[in-house]
Amino acid sequence: MPFIPHTEDEVRDMLGAIGVSSIDELFDEIPAELRIDGLNGVLPALNEAGIKRLMATRAAADTGGLCFIGAGAYDHHIPAAVWAVATRGEFYSAYTPYQAEASQGTLQVIYEYQSMMAELTGLDASNASLYDGATAFAEACLMAVRANRKSKSRRILTTRGMSPAYRAVASALLQGQGLELVELPMADGVTDPQALEALGEQDFAALAIQQPSFLGTLEAVDALTDLAHAQNMLVIGVCNPTSLALLKPPGQWGDAGADVACGEGQPLGIPMSSGGPYFGYMVCRQALVRQMPGRIVGRTVDLDGRPGFTLTLQAREQHIRRSKATSNICTNQGLMVTAATIYMALLGGEGLRRVALQSHANTRALVDGVASLDGVRVAFDNYFHEAVLVLDRPVAPVLESLAQQGVLGGYDLGADYPELGDALLVCATEQRTPADIDNYVRSLGDTLARSRAA
Amino acid sequence: MTEAPDNLKYTPDHEWLRLEDDGTVTLGVTDHAQQALGELVYVELPEAGRELEPGEACAVVESVKAASDVYSPLAGAVTAINDALADTPELVNDSPYADGWLLQLRPADPKTLEDLMDPEAYARFLAESED
Repeated sequence: MPFIPHTEDEVRDMLGAIGVSSIDELFDEIPAELRIDGLNGVLPALNEAGIKRLMATRAAADTGGLCFIGAGAYDHHIPAAVWAVATRGEFYSAYTPYQAEASQGTLQVIYEYQSMMAELTGLDASNASLYDGATAFAEACLMAVRANRKSKSRRILTTRGMSPAYRAVASALLQGQGLELVELPMADGVTDPQALEALGEQDFAALAIQQPSFLGTLEAVDALTDLAHAQNMLVIGVCNPTSLALLKPPGQWGDAGADVACGEGQPLGIPMSSGGPYFGYMVCRQALVRQMPGRIVGRTVDLDGRPGFTLTLQAREQHIRRSKATSNICTNQGLMVTAATIYMALLGGEGLRRVALQSHANTRALVDGVASLDGVRVAFDNYFHEAVLVLDRPVAPVLESLAQQGVLGGYDLGADYPELGDALLVCATEQRTPADIDNYVRSLGDTLARSRAA
Repeated sequence: MTEAPDNLKYTPDHEWLRLEDDGTVTLGVTDHAQQALGELVYVELPEAGRELEPGEACAVVESVKAASDVYSPLAGAVTAINDALADTPELVNDSPYADGWLLQLRPADPKTLEDLMDPEAYARFLAESED
């Protein structure tokens, strides 16, 4: 039974009041060929026991293992206190409350989160979060087109090192509004600033740079930012928040800094959970704040001068601006943000820096270890906590063999970056011990040797 | 009761327009509009030089609880915008017909101004819409 609280009498009364005879008649204006006749492919309803069993089977398919995969979601240590606090009844809701100001504690958490993200990115104003990293990127593109008054273009330039998943999601979301993503060429795992210069007078609303790139490499963000600004583009920085504890924040790229930063918040205390829920973050310069989608919590004083927190800049939002709102997919992830705020508060700036440093050092140790194996070449030298290995044989069977040895060996780049050959993206976070790394090197070496002998 | 000066033309969307001696037209929102919106916190204006189609949304006036588009009833190029509104949007509340003007444009066809409402017609329009 669907959860619709109206009784049949109430439905009849309401239909009668507007002079319609049935609910189907309400939808008469939708042409018949656009309607779906029944939901094929949806399984029949299951009872609680059935659902539990199905989900247990699905969960068991996620075998775990020693994780050396990054590619957008990262296996960082999450202090137990993070979720112990986040799941307290006072916080345990996925949504910002409808009567927002009645929940001062929730608003204060979001305000603290916004302050932390602004500091981490070196930009002025953060929203209360978005759905995930990919949709945050799509929203940043839409925002750039609205905000860039020097450009009439609806095209966004992106580095080829932008996550393939983000590019795919953004293309799908943007095409309906006539926006187009245009890729800059990549050489040696990074974007050559000369490729940007070579575009000359072509009009683009923005340049989007992922830093570190999807391949883990470090882009020449200062040069790219300055060139883009000189060509009247806005600059969108897509950054792993952990990396910002070490790398130059987007707000300081080049002479003027990036205009918008966004990305995936999962590394900040959110378990990988087979792909979600995660959250997207977005931060921008003050001048663009009215074009930023999503909710923003502000600090103010009440009539008696006492500090309090309130939703601000709501006039841009969908409940007021309807179709002209800055976004109509501004789902936020309140619970994930609560966890991320607690995670950042527990670690502090120094703790986050140590996570970033140790992840970088571990990946370097991993790369040094596998570099000595026959049949493994390290593609690029310049990376944060992910690196590309090129194998002398197809990647998929190697990964399968590693999985059988309890090692999640990395992300097969073949489909997304065929130009790299048999390439594998690996990551070793701060969680990987020297013994784990030795295990990986030995397992990969054995696998390659066996495959060669066969 | 709201004010609606004699020398202006009015639209059903509560904009006013004034033909200047140099042939440009100044555009703002009416006293009625600013009262309905409440205290403005932000005014978004177009770039000078932008070519407007008749009926095109050319500005946004935003109060704490609402944001409304402002439409130009005339085709024409924007020749000037009221820069003072960037820091003091409340000028639109305090002085909707003078210091709170929004933009000036050079109309493609000045005669189209004559199709708009005069103050009496606008007063009737307001009275009818309150019924």
